[in-house]
Amino acid sequence: MDVRLSPEQQALRDSATQIVDRLGPGAVRQLDDLERVDKLEAAVLASGWRELRVSEAGGEPLASAVEVAIVAEELGRGLADTPFLGPTLAAELRRLAGASPATAPETVALSHPMAELALSTAGEAPSVAVAVDARGAASALVLVPTPDGHVLATVSLGSPEVRTDLTRPAAAVDGASVVAPIGQPAGPLTVEDLSAWTAMGLALTSADLVGTMRGAIDLTVAYAASRQQYGRPIGSFQAVQHLLADAFVLMEGSRSIARHAAWAVDALPTGAALAAAAAAKAYCARAARTVCETSIQVHGGIGNTWECLAHVFLRRALLSSELLGGAGASLERVLAHHGIGGGDGLQ
Amino acid sequence: MDFSDSTEEAQFRMRLREWLTTNDPGLPASSTDDAYWAGQAKWHQSLYDGGFFGTTWPTEIGGQGRPSVYDVIVDEELAAAGAPPRPSLGYLVEGILEHGSADIQRRFLPGIVNGRDRWCQGFSEPDAGSDLASLRTRADRDGDEYVLTGHKVWTSYSDDADWCLALARTDHDVPKHKGISAFAVPMHQPGIEQRPLPMINGITKEFGEVLFDGARVPAENMIGEPGEGWSLAMTVVSHERQPHELGFAGRYAKLVKDLTGQVRDDRSQYSTEQVRELGWAIVETEMLRMHVYRRLSDRLDGVSHGPEGSVDKLLMTWTEQAVGHAALSVGGVAAADGADTWLKVYLYSRAQSVMGGTSQIQRNLVAGRILGLPMS
Repeated sequence: MDVRLSPEQQALRDSATQIVDRLGPGAVRQLDDLERVDKLEAAVLASGWRELRVSEAGGEPLASAVEVAIVAEELGRGLADTPFLGPTLAAELRRLAGASPATAPETVALSHPMAELALSTAGEAPSVAVAVDARGAASALVLVPTPDGHVLATVSLGSPEVRTDLTRPAAAVDGASVVAPIGQPAGPLTVEDLSAWTAMGLALTSADLVGTMRGAIDLTVAYAASRQQYGRPIGSFQAVQHLLADAFVLMEGSRSIARHAAWAVDALPTGAALAAAAAAKAYCARAARTVCETSIQVHGGIGNTWECLAHVFLRRALLSSELLGGAGASLERVLAHHGIGGGDGLQ
Repeated sequence: MDFSDSTEEAQFRMRLREWLTTNDPGLPASSTDDAYWAGQAKWHQSLYDGGFFGTTWPTEIGGQGRPSVYDVIVDEELAAAGAPPRPSLGYLVEGILEHGSADIQRRFLPGIVNGRDRWCQGFSEPDAGSDLASLRTRADRDGDEYVLTGHKVWTSYSDDADWCLALARTDHDVPKHKGISAFAVPMHQPGIEQRPLPMINGITKEFGEVLFDGARVPAENMIGEPGEGWSLAMTVVSHERQPHELGFAGRYAKLVKDLTGQVRDDRSQYSTEQVRELGWAIVETEMLRMHVYRRLSDRLDGVSHGPEGSVDKLLMTWTEQAVGHAALSVGGVAAADGADTWLKVYLYSRAQSVMGGTSQIQRNLVAGRILGLPMS
């Protein structure tokens, strides 16, 4: 047992930290600075992070889910407004199906309310599906049921528009889109493949939530130390200190359980990996909402205005939580894993 | 990064698993029951003799010099087998290791580690709880001895103790933190009265109060230098905030496992709300286990106790209290036959946010020492 990051993993984290600190949005108005966004996009493209789950010879990914989680956490911390989650989830699906890597930017389409991959039946594009983290992507992967399992297909997307998350716009699936199955060498995805993919997605979004919590806490601690009321910093008041202490402790617990989930994706059998990821997602999603609400509360009036970054963190956390199942849905998975899920016995 | 056992760790785990098949004492699996306390000394000695207690301490004091993860393996296996938890006294050992002279260590530590000597910790007093440094128990020099006068309370395991690690004021002319010294006080003597202090769950064996009225302690039993008592106390409480040193993560895992089994046996008896409460206890317990792994791994870099112990203590507290709520929700206040095992577990969980420094004190420490917020 040694769960430290390796020197290579620390170097990866440091380089992600540097890029995000330099090019991420440091204020709400910078979200509209397209020159900055282009520079961030170029830096992330050059980093190769989106290809971490592309398959090498033999179908193994280039890097483990631990590396993916390290990058996701830093991007979440810095509110990086360039795609990572979407293309990574798409690459993982292609890898599991044995498909060749995408040749153009791509993401995944999820059915409402974003808990599962969208299904295409009877050759038609799914009607209420949404493609997440869709900036720059013209197409998204969906599942097509066949007698041998689900096969992958692409659908085309409308223009990305901001919905919940100001940093990761979503795009609606074009209802008139051609559904283009991905053929050889791709095969059908088994139930186990889809469970493995879900474990990866839950671990990845948990890591993003950990980063989002860190970013929100950093922002808020700095504000509490500088904002003066009654002639002294509000961060000197015990009531405020205890809110922030609880937020920090929730983040640390999240970090520990999320790290395990990321490791489990490639190291444990699929069922155990999915259970580990669901436990992490349940914990992180619940914690992140509290932490981001604390951030708004400590910011007071300014925290309720558009110009304060606090709501950008909250919005990012809400989207990451919703993806592939939030606190409630993830808790249900945990219960099912322990053989105590299912309906209400008293009904 | 690897959360799984190394070969050597796996071998140790299998050896313990095998040992437990014939050495489980059949005590209640929880320290929330008097029957556990009645058999604890023997269990401690048996675990030690089997090679499964104190394995992470230095060989000179009876340990095996193993990395901290071996304590976690012991906790996990005890919980999985339904065996009683590992006695938690690591914080005393760590305090004496850090502050005691070689002579003190040689005289006292082997007996604590092997379980032949029973110890209690005499820190808190009726008027010195969170503000421990205001303690008033005094130790006055008389030749080669000190004479103790004072009142200790909320003293864990005092009824059974041979020795008390006691804090007492030896200098009244310096600021309050600087006048305190620590002693190994023999409990079996006329100047000491020990009274059990029943806890809210009814157990009488864990808590006590100790009255010193002319009790005598040899000067050579002082641990550390005169005035070093506060610093020793801070070492002890910082270790008291470490889930892996207390062995509590294993206790929570065992409780959650039992509750889960109870629900699984007849799922239809339980509402969604009850089961979800248990679900959160499962998730919290899992979080704490992973958090302990993370902390122990950090130690491999030589990182030792700092204010992050307060983070660990709060996570441990939230976990225990989530387990307590699950016990109440699923186990109920009384079983059909009137047994109140789960009520006891719940009531005991309320102590966790007080012992070893209240949650409010821990939040102060996190805010001031980790987040760097200005003092109020």
